[in-house]
Amino acid sequence: MKKKSSFFKILSINIVWLWLGIFALIPITLTFVTSFLTQDPNAIVKFALTLSNYWELFNHAYVSILIQSITLAGTCTVICLIIGYPFAFTIARSKSKHSSLLLLLVVIPFWTSSLIRTYAIMAILKAKGILNAMLLAMGLIDQPLQILYSYLAVLIGCVYDLLPFMILPLYANIEKFNEEYLEAAQDLGANWLTTFIKVVIPLTMPGIIAGSVLVFLPAMTMFYIPVLLGGAKNLLVGNLVEYQFLTANNWPLGTAISVVISLLMGAMIAVYWYNSKEKDREELA
Amino acid sequence: MNKNIIELFGVSKKFENYQALQETTISIKHGEFITLLGPSGCGKTTLLRLISGFDKPDTGKIFIDGRDVTDLPPEKRHLNMVFQSYALFPHMTVYDNVAFGLRCKKVSETEIQKRVTNVLRMVKLEALHDRKPSQLSGGQQQRVAIARAVVNEPIVLLLDEPLSALDYNLRKSMQLELKQLQRRLGITFIFVTHDQEEALSMSDRVAIMNEGYIEQLGTPKDVYEEPASLYVADFIGEANIFTTEILETYDNKLVIEIEGKRIALNNKKDFEVKQKVHIIMRPEDITVWGENEITPEESKNMLPGTVEQVIYKGSTVDLIVRLPSEKKILAAEFFNEDDEKLDYHTTEKVWIDWIPGWEVILPYEEKI
Repeated sequence: MKKKSSFFKILSINIVWLWLGIFALIPITLTFVTSFLTQDPNAIVKFALTLSNYWELFNHAYVSILIQSITLAGTCTVICLIIGYPFAFTIARSKSKHSSLLLLLVVIPFWTSSLIRTYAIMAILKAKGILNAMLLAMGLIDQPLQILYSYLAVLIGCVYDLLPFMILPLYANIEKFNEEYLEAAQDLGANWLTTFIKVVIPLTMPGIIAGSVLVFLPAMTMFYIPVLLGGAKNLLVGNLVEYQFLTANNWPLGTAISVVISLLMGAMIAVYWYNSKEKDREELA
Repeated sequence: MNKNIIELFGVSKKFENYQALQETTISIKHGEFITLLGPSGCGKTTLLRLISGFDKPDTGKIFIDGRDVTDLPPEKRHLNMVFQSYALFPHMTVYDNVAFGLRCKKVSETEIQKRVTNVLRMVKLEALHDRKPSQLSGGQQQRVAIARAVVNEPIVLLLDEPLSALDYNLRKSMQLELKQLQRRLGITFIFVTHDQEEALSMSDRVAIMNEGYIEQLGTPKDVYEEPASLYVADFIGEANIFTTEILETYDNKLVIEIEGKRIALNNKKDFEVKQKVHIIMRPEDITVWGENEITPEESKNMLPGTVEQVIYKGSTVDLIVRLPSEKKILAAEFFNEDDEKLDYHTTEKVWIDWIPGWEVILPYEEKI
């Protein structure tokens, strides 16, 4: 009996290792190695080691794309937090039978491909779309708003797509929040603002950080949303990588960009990890 | 001491379809240690939360220090609460927890430091001021919770089952500490508990609650020795209850029949003939005699019984005695110099009586 169970234990652990090896370690290694190779117009790469791909990243154009991406991802994260926090708080504080229904409503969009949902947003935002038709009918505007193919449209798309990633970890965290803390703060004479800043935010910080990381990281590398909603005017890091691979046929540069983004994100997670307490880490793990 | 600090007039509270507190009127004196005692769901916590302001009453008025506070929020009532789970802020140190209330009131940092240090010294936690609550033991957390409340110098301190999370020995010593603290501060403590021993040993007055009512409000001695209802008699300590009918009355006496014996008792409450009553006797008021200790003449006024079980408790021996009617009663015998021989054994025939006048007679109640 004991032998059998340890056999299955070893087998299942090895399957996980094998899986990670094939689908994570090997691709990451290939990406890493490729980033040090040279571009070849006739083949995928030329096997000549070089650091020039990384040097090229200091090019002003690339740096500004990176900054633009970080700005967009940051703005998107902040907006998601501002919308998601009250949202998660309301769900977590509502009666249990309602909260599971509300949570389901948050999750439902995941059942549809994010690409299709982005097209749906296009249908809403476009010049003759639903939003403009409504605003015109209500007499709030005289002529259609040009929202589609703008920075605003990209931002709307990112927020819409990533909001659940903010709400779910926040909900998980706020749900555990003991309501007696609120009463204790009130009892000690704190008004709601003091209570919120001094008690609620610090105690739900693990959820805020987990949600922010989960929104910020994908927002950095979303490539189809800027293409579809921004009309490719707003080139972001994700688009740059896509362009290097598919259009410019410069795989080494594309992989070099990927490596840099991965390192940046890894550094952010590491900073959070070392500043967080043991028990808060579950939120991310 | 004689001034009323809290007055409730006809206060009641309903949650959805459940009447948590019936219309209640109660006055609490300045500097008093009052305990709200009852089983869970009796309305004691509801009453506390109405006084604190966390819940609003459906009817009635609440006055604190002569001021109508019925519509005031908790932070404007000059009282503080110690929560059952302590509700210490886990992300703050002991010092910051205690200073929280003062900071909310915009007290200067130098003043805060003085007052927090004083109160931490009082609860013997100065050395631990920079610890987080998670680094403290249960008893220490309890003291922080009390310090955090009393540092605000409330006129009334509300305590919601503050000792229920502690183990027996710690609870005992915290009871003493709390009582001492209350004397030293000279402020009113309103203490909620379901532990009757705790209530009796700490309080100046005890309010025994049942199904949203205060059944009795009185000193621990009153509620123990003169319970106003069967419920109180049964809830506070052990009680042997006989239900019977009054056969006759004369000169402040009444005659009843227990186990076929006619017994005359003092008629303190003007009971009438034919009235059904409960006779309540505390185990320690009952004396058990061995068969050879009693002459036939003496046994006329005693009840015969058989020892069913002997429970040795250290300072006392509890006996369960079965009467001829199969009714079982509990008697607690103390070890003392007159009666060193307390080695009862089961199936032994005994005689029981009680100290005349120590029984309590209550009018008949349907529920038992």
